[in-house]
Amino acid sequence: MIVLHQLVKQYGNVRALNQVNLDLKASHSYALVGPNGSGKTTLIKSILGLVVPTSGTILINGSSIAGQHNYRRQIGYMPQISRYPDNLRIGQLFEMIRNLRSEYRDVDEELIQSFGLTQIMDKRMSTLSGGTRQKVGAALAFLFKPQVLILDEPTAGLDPIATDILKEKVTREKNAGKLFLITSHILSDLEELATDIIYMQEGAVYHQSSLHELQTETGQSRLGQAISMLIRTREQKIKELLTP
Amino acid sequence: MTTIVRYILADLLRTRFALAYTVFLAIVTMALFQLDNDPSRVTLSILNIVLMVVPLFSIVFATIHYYNSYEFMTLLLSQPVKRSTLLLSEWASVAGTMAGSLVAGVGIPSLIYGALTQVLPLLLAGVAMTCCFVSLAFLASVMTQDKARAIGISLLFWIYFSMIYDGLLLLVVYSFSDYPIEKITLALIALNPIDLVRISILMEMDVSALMGYTGAFYRSFFGGTTGMLFCIVMMMIWILFPLWISRRIFMNKDL
Repeated sequence: MIVLHQLVKQYGNVRALNQVNLDLKASHSYALVGPNGSGKTTLIKSILGLVVPTSGTILINGSSIAGQHNYRRQIGYMPQISRYPDNLRIGQLFEMIRNLRSEYRDVDEELIQSFGLTQIMDKRMSTLSGGTRQKVGAALAFLFKPQVLILDEPTAGLDPIATDILKEKVTREKNAGKLFLITSHILSDLEELATDIIYMQEGAVYHQSSLHELQTETGQSRLGQAISMLIRTREQKIKELLTP
Repeated sequence: MTTIVRYILADLLRTRFALAYTVFLAIVTMALFQLDNDPSRVTLSILNIVLMVVPLFSIVFATIHYYNSYEFMTLLLSQPVKRSTLLLSEWASVAGTMAGSLVAGVGIPSLIYGALTQVLPLLLAGVAMTCCFVSLAFLASVMTQDKARAIGISLLFWIYFSMIYDGLLLLVVYSFSDYPIEKITLALIALNPIDLVRISILMEMDVSALMGYTGAFYRSFFGGTTGMLFCIVMMMIWILFPLWISRRIFMNKDL
């Protein structure tokens, strides 16, 4: 569904993405993990068209996204930091986004309901806590039933109940055939949500496999341990190659 | 585009800054009308205030707004919205808010004191100047990734156009005072939107008689239709050119 081909992004003399090749399929949930500055956000932003790649192509359903904007109808994005105009009410924000996509009659308001946003529709954005803003962001991402959902640190500011609601929603939508791309540093959350793991380091895809494969390959059931095991064995191999 | 403008405008019109700006302008205008009974002299005083305050407030407010709505703009761009549409909507909203505050703040007191016809050219010029400095603010904003630096560039624009440029112009005029340089200074004036507004408003009023031969020359130029058209076209360029460049930069910017 989403194909990245030889994607390179250069910021000055920093290479944020280094020849990334990925093939992301529907009904899968990809966990994008890696240390800070490994290029996860740049990758997400490239798919959203917020970052213009230096070279390489991104295809969504077979057509290139360069210079396009209509493909974003199929994408729901929940940003890491949500900030909205201070003086808008929650209701106005939803109204605005729905007006922007007036061709869409059939909306999914499940998260608005289950996060309890209906009761606070007339609150102004400036009065909301960080967690509530995240809830608004999540509800907006799911609103138009997109085929692709990109969630950047979705559970970072959410309380445990909201996290559970979101996780359930993700699992259900994934089973309904949606593609998920999720970044998070909370690996235990990813364990529940992801079917596939993409490990990035220094702008390159270091490892990609299904969660199950990773677990059997490394013999670790916990994702955190599996990843550190993976890195250690790689480093060992490199050392062996370098020492004659 | 109208959808985005409508909601951003709804947000901006509620900001404390827009309210404070309107109230400030209203108080100053009322005070000036209280001090003096002659509407044209009052207009001259308002002109001086407007020439100082409008560019500064417009450029600073627009730059701060751009950076405050950065996350929201990225959110809107993850929707099927064109980048150019978003930038123009933001521009229209900010320019609309600042121009509205100016018209309300200066216009309503003038209406109360029955001097709206004298103040009207000034108001129109003020609106054009607001649009111009909002454009310059957007240019400063898209030039960097950093809020503090963008505000710095904005202030630099303001200082340049309201102080440095006039100094340089005076230097030129004094150095070449032996030559007939009226036409050259005319061209140089057009390169600064603040001067353009100042001269065109002064020529609208009958104070040019105080300025000797140069004043008479300007009067004959700016007083006529050609001069008027020249001013309008130059102001349009001052509004559209920075906006066009910022749009070009914004189209390929990494957000």
